[in-house]
Amino acid sequence: MTQELIIEAGRTERGYWRDIWQYRELFQIMAWRDVVVRYKQTVIGAAWALIRPFLMMVVFTVVFGKLARLPSDGAAPYALMVFAGMLPWALFSTGLTDAANSLLGNASLLTKVYFPRLIVPVAAVMAAFADFLINLALLLVLMGWYRFPPSWQIMLLPIFTAIAFIASVGIGVWIAALNVKYRDFRYVVPFIVQLGLYVSPVGFSSNIIPEQWRLTYYLNPMVGVIDGFRWCLLGSESALYLPGLSLSTAIALLFLWVGIRQFRKMEESFADLI
Amino acid sequence: MSDIAVIVENLSKRYFIGHQSVQRERYTALRDVIGRNALNMVRKARDLVQGKQILHGDAVEEFWALRDVSFELKRGEVLGIVGRNGAGKSTLLKILGRITKPTEGRAILRGRVASLLEVGTGFHPELTGRENIFLNGAMLGMKQNEIFRKFDEIVAFSGVERFIDTPVKRFSSGMYVRLAFAVAAHLEPEILVVDEVLAVGDAEFQKKCLGKMQDVASKHGRTVLFVSHNMAAVESMCGSALLLADGRCTAQGGTAKVVPEYLREMCRVSAVPLDERTDREGSGDLRTVSLSLEGPGGSTVSAFQCGAEATLLVVTENRTRREVRGLRMSLGIDNEMGQRVAVLDTALCGAQIPSIRPGREGIRVVIPRMTLIPGRYRLTIYLDVNGIIADWIKNAAIFDVEAGDYYGTGRLPSVGEGMFLMDCRFIADRLGQLEAVGAAPLAGCW
Repeated sequence: MTQELIIEAGRTERGYWRDIWQYRELFQIMAWRDVVVRYKQTVIGAAWALIRPFLMMVVFTVVFGKLARLPSDGAAPYALMVFAGMLPWALFSTGLTDAANSLLGNASLLTKVYFPRLIVPVAAVMAAFADFLINLALLLVLMGWYRFPPSWQIMLLPIFTAIAFIASVGIGVWIAALNVKYRDFRYVVPFIVQLGLYVSPVGFSSNIIPEQWRLTYYLNPMVGVIDGFRWCLLGSESALYLPGLSLSTAIALLFLWVGIRQFRKMEESFADLI
Repeated sequence: MSDIAVIVENLSKRYFIGHQSVQRERYTALRDVIGRNALNMVRKARDLVQGKQILHGDAVEEFWALRDVSFELKRGEVLGIVGRNGAGKSTLLKILGRITKPTEGRAILRGRVASLLEVGTGFHPELTGRENIFLNGAMLGMKQNEIFRKFDEIVAFSGVERFIDTPVKRFSSGMYVRLAFAVAAHLEPEILVVDEVLAVGDAEFQKKCLGKMQDVASKHGRTVLFVSHNMAAVESMCGSALLLADGRCTAQGGTAKVVPEYLREMCRVSAVPLDERTDREGSGDLRTVSLSLEGPGGSTVSAFQCGAEATLLVVTENRTRREVRGLRMSLGIDNEMGQRVAVLDTALCGAQIPSIRPGREGIRVVIPRMTLIPGRYRLTIYLDVNGIIADWIKNAAIFDVEAGDYYGTGRLPSVGEGMFLMDCRFIADRLGQLEAVGAAPLAGCW
């Protein structure tokens, strides 16, 4: 059965999602390429993925835990709490940064080959996901070192990972598309990431937020994710604020929907603008 | 009508280009600079809010790269798309390859489409040849198990077996191109769209590629759209052709009808005096302003004769106020089919042109014996100063070579027999004893 393809001005691609399924192998290869190329010709290789979050954890523990003496979540050691927050944040921020620059970085492909362009930023986030898995291994090692065994809640970790992934993809895809048209966004992303690191409860626990601001605080999708991570890994020592969590999840999904919609609208003109 | 593979109806593509308005005053006042930049910022902000593209410059012009192009292709047909540079050929291929959307019109493609607009798309320098074959193949639309199956064939075609596990950044440019083309050559789409990719690589490789393309077209019955400047390739591979000029289709039909139209158009272009030609590249510090032909003895002629001395007088204009040194001049001679038959280059001959003073000066390029067979030839003139391109005009001029007594016997090869005349001797060898055939070496040869 030969497929018929109609190319017309102003025609919406009805077969877009079918195309994405057809190009799934390309997606796998691009994600693999993004991961492999990161560490080619490096001596320490994958260890670089560990060093940064680890050092940040040390710094945050000293600054927020010892100097500012902020309370930890329940009985968990401060360092562990920080690292449990660092993990999803690293996934989100690296994913967002890489996705936002992915289209510009693959500019030559966009003008020469056809494939659904959504593959490019999502493959970039997959590379950040690979780093995340390495960090997860380190976290488990740390938990062993602090003799802090995980409880049954750790089974729910994939859900929160998925929410972080969705938030990263949603915003990343949108900024990637905007970046092609207006290069200013290349500077917006590092700024958001830096600001977000202090606004999100990475270095501290979210229970220091005063009661009247609690729900508003969860408008930042990563707040819900980080809280969820801490609940999963550190057990019932940290409580789970359900209304806040639902709000964060809703915001993440909203970003995903808007991001993909905007991306598809701008996709046609990528080859002309890049 | 199920055997029609490609239908294109009124396809058009418009781009917007920005223009910087011309400086009217001789010197720039800071007040004017600030004023102009403020206006620009306001305009860009307004464009941003309206979601329009941001353009550099004050004025915006509409540019139709393609206008009302229509044609139909049956399954298995091979269409050659020809035209001058900038005629819209690549834009047409980009639209058919779904890289960009048309502004008007539509195209219907029946079957799997693969477009080859560049060899080595997606090749990553850090990955090995093997890894890049899978990456590039996936990008071109091949399935992983398909690539697995054809892997050995691809590697054998490319000729880089030894280096297949080395990062591609260590490859020479020739190896790179051979590997890239090898992957592309094993595509099995129903409709193949190819853009002048055969213009890369050495002659042997080009022959191999052309051969493979021919296989694809004739043996496997695929529909091919082929853009080329090489008329010999177009005539041998394509059943029909399409001539594009300034985005419009000016001729369509069998290659026998379209190719002469193209050649006629190229003639018209080179009839414009060199001084006024605008399709040139380069800094313009040094420009070619005229070209004339001289025969033996320095007399101006209208055509060269084979076997006789031929001189090209190139008049250049130095538009700077200093003497120009380090000039390199290269004249490329193409036959009517678009094949490069010879290059006359100061860098190759080891000729040192002394400095050129401001104003006009002439340089004579002397060919002691014209060895080209009779026919029409096109000249491309390239000038560079210390490696920086000063002037480059393709299809700058046309000259004819007429029949002349090359061998002293009054005889020349028949039309279509060879591209060059070569000096030669015939000596009989009675296996040990050398005896010249005839009383003396053939007249005209030595």
